[in-house]
Amino acid sequence: MSKHQIFNNIRKLRFHANEMTQQELADKAGVTRQTIVAIENGKYSPTLELAFRIARVFNTPLEEVFIYNPEKMIDNEKQ
Amino acid sequence: MNYHEKRSLVSAFSSIIILGIYSLYIYQKYIAGNVEIVNNFKFWGKSFLFLIPVSIVAQIIIHIIFAIINKIATNEEEPNITDERDKLIELKSIRISHWIFITGFFLAMGSLTIPFQPYVMFITLIFSGFLSAIASEFAKVYYYRKGV
Repeated sequence: MSKHQIFNNIRKLRFHANEMTQQELADKAGVTRQTIVAIENGKYSPTLELAFRIARVFNTPLEEVFIYNPEKMIDNEKQ
Repeated sequence: MNYHEKRSLVSAFSSIIILGIYSLYIYQKYIAGNVEIVNNFKFWGKSFLFLIPVSIVAQIIIHIIFAIINKIATNEEEPNITDERDKLIELKSIRISHWIFITGFFLAMGSLTIPFQPYVMFITLIFSGFLSAIASEFAKVYYYRKGV
Protein backbone atom coordinates (compact mmCIF):
# COMPACT_ATOMS: atom_id res chain seq x y z
CA MET A 1 0.00 0.00 0.00
CA SER A 2 1.41 3.35 -0.98
CA LYS A 3 1.82 6.00 1.68
CA HIS A 4 0.45 8.51 -0.85
CA GLN A 5 -3.01 7.01 -0.43
CA ILE A 6 -3.17 8.56 3.03
CA PHE A 7 -3.97 12.24 3.32
CA ASN A 8 -4.27 14.40 6.41
CA ASN A 9 -5.91 17.55 7.76
CA ILE A 10 -3.23 18.40 10.27
CA ARG A 11 -2.55 21.86 8.87
CA LYS A 12 -6.25 22.75 9.00
CA LEU A 13 -6.63 21.28 12.48
CA ARG A 14 -3.62 23.24 13.73
CA PHE A 15 -5.15 26.41 12.35
CA HIS A 16 -8.42 25.75 14.17
CA ALA A 17 -6.55 24.93 17.38
CA ASN A 18 -5.55 28.56 17.98
CA GLU A 19 -2.99 28.39 15.19
CA MET A 20 -0.95 25.78 16.97
CA THR A 21 2.63 25.70 15.70
CA GLN A 22 4.29 22.59 14.31
CA GLN A 23 6.68 22.64 17.25
CA GLU A 24 3.81 22.72 19.76
CA LEU A 25 2.14 19.78 18.04
CA ALA A 26 5.44 17.93 17.90
CA ASP A 27 6.00 18.45 21.62
CA LYS A 28 2.50 17.26 22.47
CA ALA A 29 2.75 14.21 20.20
CA GLY A 30 6.27 13.37 21.37
CA VAL A 31 8.06 13.66 18.02
CA THR A 32 10.37 16.14 16.33
CA ARG A 33 9.09 19.10 14.35
CA GLN A 34 10.66 17.58 11.20
CA THR A 35 8.39 14.56 11.58
CA ILE A 36 5.30 16.77 11.77
CA VAL A 37 6.51 18.65 8.68
CA ALA A 38 7.03 15.35 6.84
CA ILE A 39 3.56 14.09 7.82
CA GLU A 40 1.88 17.34 6.77
CA ASN A 41 3.66 17.24 3.41
CA GLY A 42 2.69 13.61 2.85
CA LYS A 43 6.31 12.45 2.95
CA TYR A 44 5.78 10.18 5.92
CA SER A 45 2.87 8.05 7.05
CA PRO A 46 2.95 7.78 10.84
CA THR A 47 2.48 4.58 12.78
CA LEU A 48 -0.96 3.88 14.15
CA GLU A 49 0.22 4.87 17.63
CA LEU A 50 1.49 8.27 16.51
CA ALA A 51 -1.64 8.83 14.41
CA PHE A 52 -3.75 8.26 17.54
CA ARG A 53 -1.51 10.56 19.58
CA ILE A 54 -1.92 13.34 17.00
CA ALA A 55 -5.68 12.82 16.91
CA ARG A 56 -5.76 12.98 20.71
CA VAL A 57 -3.91 16.32 20.67
CA PHE A 58 -6.73 17.77 18.54
CA ASN A 59 -9.35 15.86 20.51
CA THR A 60 -10.86 14.51 17.29
CA PRO A 61 -11.45 11.02 15.87
CA LEU A 62 -8.63 9.54 13.83
CA GLU A 63 -10.69 9.62 10.62
CA GLU A 64 -10.90 13.41 10.84
CA VAL A 65 -7.13 13.70 10.95
CA PHE A 66 -6.13 11.05 8.44
CA ILE A 67 -8.06 10.06 5.32
CA TYR A 68 -7.48 6.91 3.33
CA ASN A 69 -8.40 7.71 -0.25
CA PRO A 70 -6.91 5.56 -3.02
CA GLU A 71 -9.20 7.16 -5.64
CA LYS A 72 -7.64 10.56 -5.03
CA MET A 73 -4.22 9.12 -5.75
CA ILE A 74 -5.47 7.54 -8.99
CA ASP A 75 -6.99 10.90 -9.98
CA ASN A 76 -3.70 12.65 -9.25
CA GLU A 77 -1.80 10.11 -11.34
CA LYS A 78 -4.22 10.58 -14.25
CA GLN A 79 -3.71 14.34 -14.11
CA MET B 1 18.53 21.20 5.70
CA ASN B 2 17.78 19.81 9.15
CA TYR B 3 20.22 18.76 11.85
CA HIS B 4 20.16 15.05 10.92
CA GLU B 5 20.90 15.75 7.27
CA LYS B 6 23.81 18.00 8.15
CA ARG B 7 25.17 15.46 10.62
CA SER B 8 24.94 12.67 8.02
CA LEU B 9 26.79 14.74 5.44
CA VAL B 10 29.47 15.60 8.00
CA SER B 11 29.80 11.87 8.81
CA ALA B 12 30.10 10.94 5.15
CA PHE B 13 32.72 13.54 4.36
CA SER B 14 34.65 12.88 7.55
CA SER B 15 34.75 9.15 6.64
CA ILE B 16 36.24 10.06 3.28
CA ILE B 17 38.81 12.35 4.89
CA ILE B 18 39.71 9.89 7.68
CA LEU B 19 40.23 6.94 5.32
CA GLY B 20 42.08 9.15 2.84
CA ILE B 21 44.52 10.45 5.46
CA TYR B 22 44.91 7.02 7.07
CA SER B 23 45.60 5.35 3.72
CA LEU B 24 48.13 8.01 2.81
CA TYR B 25 49.82 7.63 6.19
CA ILE B 26 49.99 3.84 5.89
CA TYR B 27 51.26 4.06 2.32
CA GLN B 28 54.00 6.55 3.10
CA LYS B 29 55.09 4.94 6.36
CA TYR B 30 55.00 1.26 5.39
CA ILE B 31 54.24 0.52 1.74
CA ALA B 32 56.32 3.14 -0.09
CA GLY B 33 59.62 1.81 1.26
CA ASN B 34 58.71 -1.87 1.16
CA VAL B 35 56.09 -2.94 -1.39
CA GLU B 36 56.39 -6.60 -0.34
CA ILE B 37 54.71 -5.76 2.97
CA VAL B 38 51.29 -5.84 1.24
CA ASN B 39 51.54 -9.63 1.25
CA ASN B 40 52.18 -9.71 4.99
CA PHE B 41 49.03 -10.66 6.93
CA LYS B 42 50.39 -9.13 10.14
CA PHE B 43 50.63 -5.75 8.42
CA TRP B 44 46.98 -5.93 7.33
CA GLY B 45 45.86 -7.11 10.76
CA LYS B 46 47.59 -4.15 12.40
CA SER B 47 46.22 -1.75 9.79
CA PHE B 48 42.65 -2.94 10.43
CA LEU B 49 43.02 -2.86 14.20
CA PHE B 50 44.40 0.68 14.19
CA LEU B 51 41.91 1.97 11.64
CA ILE B 52 38.89 1.16 13.84
CA PRO B 53 39.85 3.17 16.98
CA VAL B 54 41.42 5.96 14.92
CA SER B 55 38.21 6.24 12.89
CA ILE B 56 35.96 6.23 16.00
CA VAL B 57 38.02 8.86 17.85
CA ALA B 58 38.26 11.07 14.75
CA GLN B 59 34.50 10.81 14.13
CA ILE B 60 33.75 11.78 17.75
CA ILE B 61 36.06 14.79 17.55
CA ILE B 62 34.61 15.87 14.19
CA HIS B 63 31.05 15.58 15.53
CA ILE B 64 31.85 17.64 18.62
CA ILE B 65 33.39 20.32 16.39
CA PHE B 66 30.35 20.14 14.06
CA ALA B 67 27.91 20.52 16.98
CA ILE B 68 29.79 23.59 18.25
CA ILE B 69 30.07 25.24 14.82
CA ASN B 70 26.43 24.44 13.98
CA LYS B 71 25.26 25.91 17.29
CA ILE B 72 27.25 29.10 16.72
CA ALA B 73 26.22 29.44 13.06
CA THR B 74 22.52 28.54 13.25
CA ASN B 75 21.68 28.54 16.98
CA GLU B 76 20.10 25.13 16.31
CA GLU B 77 20.12 22.62 19.17
CA GLU B 78 20.76 18.92 18.65
CA PRO B 79 17.34 17.16 18.73
CA ASN B 80 16.94 15.63 22.17
CA ILE B 81 14.53 12.93 21.03
CA THR B 82 14.79 10.21 18.42
CA ASP B 83 11.28 9.53 17.15
CA GLU B 84 9.83 6.71 15.07
CA ARG B 85 10.71 8.38 11.76
CA ASP B 86 14.34 8.78 12.79
CA LYS B 87 14.44 5.12 13.81
CA LEU B 88 12.84 4.01 10.53
CA ILE B 89 15.33 6.03 8.50
CA GLU B 90 18.16 4.59 10.60
CA LEU B 91 16.94 1.05 9.95
CA LYS B 92 16.52 1.59 6.21
CA SER B 93 19.97 3.13 5.86
CA ILE B 94 21.54 0.32 7.91
CA ARG B 95 19.88 -2.21 5.59
CA ILE B 96 21.46 -0.52 2.56
CA SER B 97 24.78 -0.37 4.35
CA HIS B 98 24.64 -4.09 5.22
CA TRP B 99 23.82 -5.09 1.65
CA ILE B 100 26.79 -3.13 0.33
CA PHE B 101 29.11 -4.60 2.93
CA ILE B 102 27.88 -8.15 2.31
CA THR B 103 28.43 -7.67 -1.44
CA GLY B 104 31.93 -6.40 -0.71
CA PHE B 105 32.56 -9.32 1.63
CA PHE B 106 31.57 -11.84 -1.05
CA LEU B 107 33.72 -10.04 -3.61
CA ALA B 108 36.62 -10.13 -1.15
CA MET B 109 36.16 -13.88 -0.58
CA GLY B 110 35.70 -14.35 -4.32
CA SER B 111 39.03 -12.66 -4.94
CA LEU B 112 40.68 -15.46 -2.95
CA THR B 113 39.18 -18.14 -5.19
CA ILE B 114 40.54 -16.43 -8.29
CA PRO B 115 44.33 -16.25 -8.30
CA PHE B 116 44.56 -12.73 -6.88
CA GLN B 117 47.09 -11.65 -4.31
CA PRO B 118 45.73 -11.72 -0.72
CA TYR B 119 46.05 -7.95 -0.42
CA VAL B 120 43.20 -7.59 -2.96
CA MET B 121 40.92 -9.27 -0.41
CA PHE B 122 41.98 -6.87 2.36
CA ILE B 123 41.63 -3.80 0.16
CA THR B 124 38.18 -4.98 -1.00
CA LEU B 125 37.13 -5.49 2.63
CA ILE B 126 38.31 -2.03 3.70
CA PHE B 127 36.75 -0.41 0.64
CA SER B 128 33.39 -2.17 1.09
CA GLY B 129 33.32 -1.13 4.76
CA PHE B 130 34.06 2.43 3.76
CA LEU B 131 31.52 2.38 0.93
CA SER B 132 28.81 0.93 3.18
CA ALA B 133 29.39 3.67 5.77
CA ILE B 134 29.19 6.38 3.10
CA ALA B 135 26.09 4.84 1.50
CA SER B 136 24.37 4.67 4.88
CA GLU B 137 24.89 8.39 5.46
CA PHE B 138 23.78 9.40 1.98
CA ALA B 139 20.74 7.11 2.29
CA LYS B 140 19.78 8.97 5.48
CA VAL B 141 20.03 12.30 3.72
CA TYR B 142 17.94 10.91 0.86
CA TYR B 143 15.21 9.57 3.18
CA TYR B 144 15.09 12.76 5.24
CA ARG B 145 14.68 14.82 2.06
CA LYS B 146 12.42 12.58 -0.03
CA GLY B 147 10.48 10.89 2.74
CA VAL B 148 10.07 7.28 3.84
